[in-house]
Amino acid sequence: MPFACIFVPNFPVEALLRAEPELRAQGLAVLEGKAPLQKVFAVNKNARRAGVVCGMTKLQVEACVDLVLRARSPLLETAAHAALLDCAQSFSPQVEDTALDTIILDLAGLEMLFGPLPKLTEDLARCASGLGLEAQVAVAGNPDAAVLAARGFSGVTVIPEGKEAGQLSGLPLEVLFFEKFEDQESEPILDTLHRWGVRRLGELARLPEIAISERLGQRGVHLQKLAGGATSRTLVSFEPPLVFEEAVELEYPLVLLEPLACWLSRMLEQLCARLHARALATQELRLALELQNGHPVEDEFPLGQDQRGRPFPQDAKRWFHRTLRLPVPLLDSQAFLKLLQLDLKAHPPGAPIHKIHLAAEPTRPRAAQNGLFLPPSPEPEKLELTLAKIAGIVGGDRVGSLALLDTHRPEGFRMQPFVLRESPSGSGRNQENSQNSSPERERGSTELVTALRLFRPPLAANVTLLEGKPTYVASWQGEELGGEILWAAGPWRSSGDWWEKEGWARDEWDIAVQEGTQIVCYRLVRDLLRGQWLLEGTYD
Amino acid sequence: MSVRPIAPVIQKNPALVSERLAAISNLAEVRPASRFALRPAPEMVSSGIREIDALTGGLPRGCLTEVCGSASSGRTSLLFASLAAATKRQEACALVDVSDVFDPVLAATAEVGFEKLLWIRCDAQIENSQLSSTTPRVGREKKSEAGKNFSHRRRETPLGQALRVTDLLLQSGGFGLVILDLGDVPFTMTRRIPLTSWFRFQRTIEHTPTVLFAITQEPCAQTCVSLLLKMQAQFLGVRPRAWGKKPSAFCAPLSAKDRNAPPSGERPGLRYVPEVPKKFQASGGFSHTELLEGLHIQTEVLRSRLERKPARSLTTAFTSQSVRAG
Repeated sequence: MPFACIFVPNFPVEALLRAEPELRAQGLAVLEGKAPLQKVFAVNKNARRAGVVCGMTKLQVEACVDLVLRARSPLLETAAHAALLDCAQSFSPQVEDTALDTIILDLAGLEMLFGPLPKLTEDLARCASGLGLEAQVAVAGNPDAAVLAARGFSGVTVIPEGKEAGQLSGLPLEVLFFEKFEDQESEPILDTLHRWGVRRLGELARLPEIAISERLGQRGVHLQKLAGGATSRTLVSFEPPLVFEEAVELEYPLVLLEPLACWLSRMLEQLCARLHARALATQELRLALELQNGHPVEDEFPLGQDQRGRPFPQDAKRWFHRTLRLPVPLLDSQAFLKLLQLDLKAHPPGAPIHKIHLAAEPTRPRAAQNGLFLPPSPEPEKLELTLAKIAGIVGGDRVGSLALLDTHRPEGFRMQPFVLRESPSGSGRNQENSQNSSPERERGSTELVTALRLFRPPLAANVTLLEGKPTYVASWQGEELGGEILWAAGPWRSSGDWWEKEGWARDEWDIAVQEGTQIVCYRLVRDLLRGQWLLEGTYD
Repeated sequence: MSVRPIAPVIQKNPALVSERLAAISNLAEVRPASRFALRPAPEMVSSGIREIDALTGGLPRGCLTEVCGSASSGRTSLLFASLAAATKRQEACALVDVSDVFDPVLAATAEVGFEKLLWIRCDAQIENSQLSSTTPRVGREKKSEAGKNFSHRRRETPLGQALRVTDLLLQSGGFGLVILDLGDVPFTMTRRIPLTSWFRFQRTIEHTPTVLFAITQEPCAQTCVSLLLKMQAQFLGVRPRAWGKKPSAFCAPLSAKDRNAPPSGERPGLRYVPEVPKKFQASGGFSHTELLEGLHIQTEVLRSRLERKPARSLTTAFTSQSVRAG
C-alpha cells in the first residue's frame, strides 16, 4: 500500500515566500525573538550563500547587503500549513497531519484516478508549487519511510515497495531527528550514534537489534526500524475543517489603498488556489483589517464573531470588518479583488492597517447548463462587478431590484440586491416565439397602463379652490410648474396606518394643467394630516 | 501623347466600362455597389403595444431606439409596456432612471417583472470619488491631506452618472433591454450629450441582443438612432370609478371625429365630463370619485433606418388606461 509524504523544507522561509514571492530571488533571513535579542531562525539558499546561518543576531546580519530580514510570522505559517493540507486533500481523503511542514497521504487506489505513481507524485509537487510552496514529495511502501525519503531527498522520489532499506541507507542520521532535534531524549542518542561512528541510516540498520536495545532501549530499536524502512503503522487520519483563511501581519502599517490591493491580490490568489484544490468556490468573503491606532470603526457583527457566530479577530474596536456577499458562488480572484477595492473605496478603514485577515466561506461551485434558446442574461461575475461599479457611482442603496411592500402607503417598496435567478429551461425564446406566432394572445393579455412619473420628494404646491375643487396650481421644480387647471377629477380618498405614528390620509386629484402651449396631466395630493397640497407626479 | 476621350464612348456603350475595368489588374476587385451584401435586418422584439409593433415591427435588437415627447405624452406608458414585454420574455432589463421618477406600484400593475429588472436611481447628492485621480488614503494621519485633495471634487450631475452607468451596463452585456430615461432632463442638457457617447452606445450593442431604449423630450441622438418615435397625447377625460368593478367597463375612447373636431368652448384634445352620470349614481355601487380615464396617445415614426424613407408620415394611435393601484 503506497504512501506519499509532502515535506516543505525550511518551512518558516517558505511560508514567508508564499506571501511575498518576489523575495525568492533575494537572500531572506527569518528572525525570531523579542527586540533587541532577535536571532536568525531560518534562512534561504541565497542568504546561506552570503554567509548567514541560524543563530546569528540581528545586529550581525544587518551588515549583509542584499539581505531581507523578516520576523517569523505564525499567521503565515498557519496559512501555509492549511494550504498544504488542502493540497493533500485534493488528492486523497486519507491524510495525516504529521507536522507543520509534513503531510502524509494514503495513495491506495488512487493510481486508477491519477495515473501511475511517478506521475501522481509529480502532480502533488506541482499542486504544492501552485499553492506557493516548494515541496519535496516522496512515495514509499509505509508512512515513515515516505517521511524519511521526503526529508532526505530533494525533488520527487518514488521508492518501489520492498526496497525502502536500500534507498534510505544513504541518508544521514539527522533525518531521523528532523522534527525532534531539540528533544532532550533525541540529542543524547544522536551524540551516542555519532560517537559510535554511525553517520548513515544504512549503518544504523545493520547494527544488531539486541545490542541496540541493551544500549539505547526501545527508543533505539524504533529508530533502527525506521532507518531500515521496516516499520508499519496505521495512518492517523485527519480531516481538516473547511476553513479558508489567509492572514498577514505587515512590517509597516499601510496607509494607501493601492499597496493594500497588492496584498489582497496575493491573498485572494492563494485563497482561490486553495478553494480550487478542493473543488470549491465561495459566496462570501470576510475581510478584517487590524488598525494601528485602534480607532473605533464601523462593525457589522457582534464583537469577536462573524455573522454566523464563529470566532473572528477579537478586540473589535481595533478591527475593521467588511463582508462581501455574492449572489452566486464564484472563484475569480481578479473579480474578488475589484469588488473589494470598490467596497474599500466606498468604505475606507479610516486608520493605518497593521494586519490583514481574509476568509472565504466555501460552497459548491455553480453548475449551470445554459440552453441555446434561453434569453440573454448577464454573466454573474461581470454583473457583480458592474453592480459594484454602479454602486460606486450612484450609491449602494440606489441600485438593485424592487420589492413591493404589503401596504397602500405611497412609496411602498424597498430596494434589494439584484440577483438574477436562473430562468426555467427553454422558457425564454420559446415563449417569445409562441408569442410571435400568436400575436392575438399577447394583445389580449394586458391593457396599456397609463404611467406616472413621480416627483421624489413630492413638490409642495399652492392650490386655489373653487367650490371645493382645485382651479389653479403653482409649484416649483427648478422652473415654475402649474397653471390654470383645465379639469380636475377626484378626490380619491385613502388612508392607512392610523394606528401608528406614521399614519397617513390623503385625497388624490387628477388634474390637467395648461403649461404654455401644452397640457400636462398631474396627480395632485392633499395631505389631510398635514393640510398640505403636493404635486406627486405627472401622468405620462 | 494624345489621350482618347472616354466619356462619349461610355455614353454610347456603357458595357464597355465594365470590360475596361476588368482589363485593369489593380481594379480587379472593384464591383458595383449594388452587389454588396446588405446589412442583415435586426431581430425585432415586441414593444408591448400592438399598434407600435404593427407600425415599426417592434423594437430592433442591437440598435438604439429613441422615444421623444413632452410631459404627459405617453412615453412612460410605452416604457412600462416594453419592460413588461421584456420581463415576460425572461430577459434581464435595466432602467437607468436619471430623475428618479419610476413608479413601482403602477409598474407592478403593468405586469413588469421586478425579479428581472435592475433599477438604477441616479442621484445628484452623492459626491463622486471617482473623479479624483488621487488615490484615497485610508489612514487618519493623512486624512486632512486627503481632505484637501478631495476638496476640489465637483459633484457629478445625474446625467453624467446616467451616461457612465449606461456605458457600464452595455459593456457588461447580457441585458435584453436597457432603458435610459432622460424624460425629465431639459433638452438644453440632453443636446449637450456628445454624439460620441451615443455612437459608443450604439457600437457597443451592435451585434448583441440588447435593445437600448432612450426616452427624451426632443430628439438628441441624431444619426445613431435606428428608430425614432415621437409621441403626443390627448386626454380622454374623466370617468366614475367603482370599487370592485373593472375600470374598462366605463372606458369611452374619443372617436377620431371627436379628436379632430373638439366641441366649441373646450380645449383641443380634452373632453369635459363635469359630473358622474345619474345612471351610475342610481346603481348605488359607486363612490363619488371621478378620475382620469386615460390618455389617447399618438405615435409617429420620425426616423427609421430599417426601411426606406416612407412616402408619408407613419403614425398610429392607441389608448392607455388609468389604473388606481395605491
